[in-house]
Amino acid sequence: MENNNYIQGLFGGLKTLCVGLKTTMREFFTKKITEQYPENRETLVMFDRFRGSLVMPHNEENEHKCIACGLCMTNCPNGSITVTSRTEEVDGKKKKVLDKYIYDQGICMYCMVCVRVCPQNAIDFDQSFENAVFDRSKLIKQLNQPGSKCQERKPVAKPAAPKPAAIETSNNQ
Amino acid sequence: MFDLQNWTTALHEWMLGILPEWAAILIESVLVALIIITLYAVFAIVLIYLERKICAFFQCRLGPNRVGKWGLLQVFSDVFKMLQKEIIRMRKSDRFLHDLAPYLVVTASMLTFACLPWNKGGHIIDFNIGIFFMLAVSSIGVVGILLAGLGSNSKYPMIGAMRAGAQLISYEISIGLTMLTMVALTGTMQISEIVQQQYDNGWNIIRGHIPALIAFIVYLIAGNAECNRGPFDLPEGESELTAGYHTEYSGMHFGYYYLAEYLNLFIAAGIASTIFLGGWAPLHIAGLDGFNGVMDLIPGFVWFVGKTFFVVLLLMWERWTFPRLRIDHILSLEWKYLMPISLFNLLLMALVVVLGLGININ
Repeated sequence: MENNNYIQGLFGGLKTLCVGLKTTMREFFTKKITEQYPENRETLVMFDRFRGSLVMPHNEENEHKCIACGLCMTNCPNGSITVTSRTEEVDGKKKKVLDKYIYDQGICMYCMVCVRVCPQNAIDFDQSFENAVFDRSKLIKQLNQPGSKCQERKPVAKPAAPKPAAIETSNNQ
Repeated sequence: MFDLQNWTTALHEWMLGILPEWAAILIESVLVALIIITLYAVFAIVLIYLERKICAFFQCRLGPNRVGKWGLLQVFSDVFKMLQKEIIRMRKSDRFLHDLAPYLVVTASMLTFACLPWNKGGHIIDFNIGIFFMLAVSSIGVVGILLAGLGSNSKYPMIGAMRAGAQLISYEISIGLTMLTMVALTGTMQISEIVQQQYDNGWNIIRGHIPALIAFIVYLIAGNAECNRGPFDLPEGESELTAGYHTEYSGMHFGYYYLAEYLNLFIAAGIASTIFLGGWAPLHIAGLDGFNGVMDLIPGFVWFVGKTFFVVLLLMWERWTFPRLRIDHILSLEWKYLMPISLFNLLLMALVVVLGLGININ
């Protein structure tokens, strides 16, 4: 029995070693995945989930979706987002309006919490990664474009309610 | 077949005509030494480049490609960097042993390097116990490694050297037994004779078929272990021992270890190609005289280096496939598996020789 195990182990081991050798030999002839960066700058496409830098998408009429709720600011672990708002009077109602959305990329750690908590999907990460500058102050960016205003919300569509939270509450009940 | 002997004899006689005998022999020895050292450096550079490229290809990368075309100048720049580095000496280390150790390692690998059969008539050290001599001088390297651990006065080199010692001495048994298996087949220990037989009767791996093939595989595994490479590189496992026995070395002293490591790879492959794949003997197929004639036109040097690089490729393939072993696994692999297999294989080879089961061309 002991001897049998020895022989079986020997041949089983040889077999697995051959599997490993086969795998690496196949890898030897596959196309290499190395990106030769400065040369392929024009054709380089970063993958979708890459977190380059925080942006606030604007539509053609220079409108963004931010309602200046400040959730991103309070949730940011590094305090790299500063949302300043002002109150405007529309149709006799007071309404909070985004004044400045300041993003300090120099202290951002790209955790993407701000994008996750945003109830309006107003901010997102793009794929631009060439952020080298000579002065840190150049990394402090204002994300809302000058003269932009908040998009009119449709009364029915309430986009992207945070689903995990909903499940959690139902579990608690 | 191109025979280097004619040229060397002609050179010797021409020298004797103008010089006394002792001067002629002295000059010839110096010439041969210079040739060996140059070849040693050239092959080290080629092997380091090859290793980087092949390792990269196995890992789906491109490897060095920035310095020079295809990164060809990378190794040269590394060599020049190494030559400029300061040799740092530690307080409380054994200065003499610490400085001696790298030279022992390099001397051992150069002596073994000189045993390789480069061409017909191109043997540098060749006498009737060539295989024993080769085994003996290649073991001097272990002394160098142990001295490095002892002389450094540091715990990592010490542990690394102890592991290297245990590993090298164990795997030398497999190396020796596989070589003896082939010696049993050829019936001689003279390296030139072994190769000449393979030229006449076909390569050993075909002549000895099953036992030779088993011996070849065991040799490939044990050879990688002898070079401290591949899955067996735990004497210098950097995650646990920083750099093992050469942790405290810098500059060219470290360079010698690096050089010797790559040349030992070449030597292990060279010995494999000598005793299994026929050394400088060209590929002959029985019955195809025209084909054999064409193969004879290719000089033996090209055959030998080509076969050696083929074995180097096999060794690198092995190295870059398997993860590093633990020390007890290494020792149990040798003592529980490789050594019994080689002993059994030696018996098998003896049976093949006695019963005349080998396949000879002529």
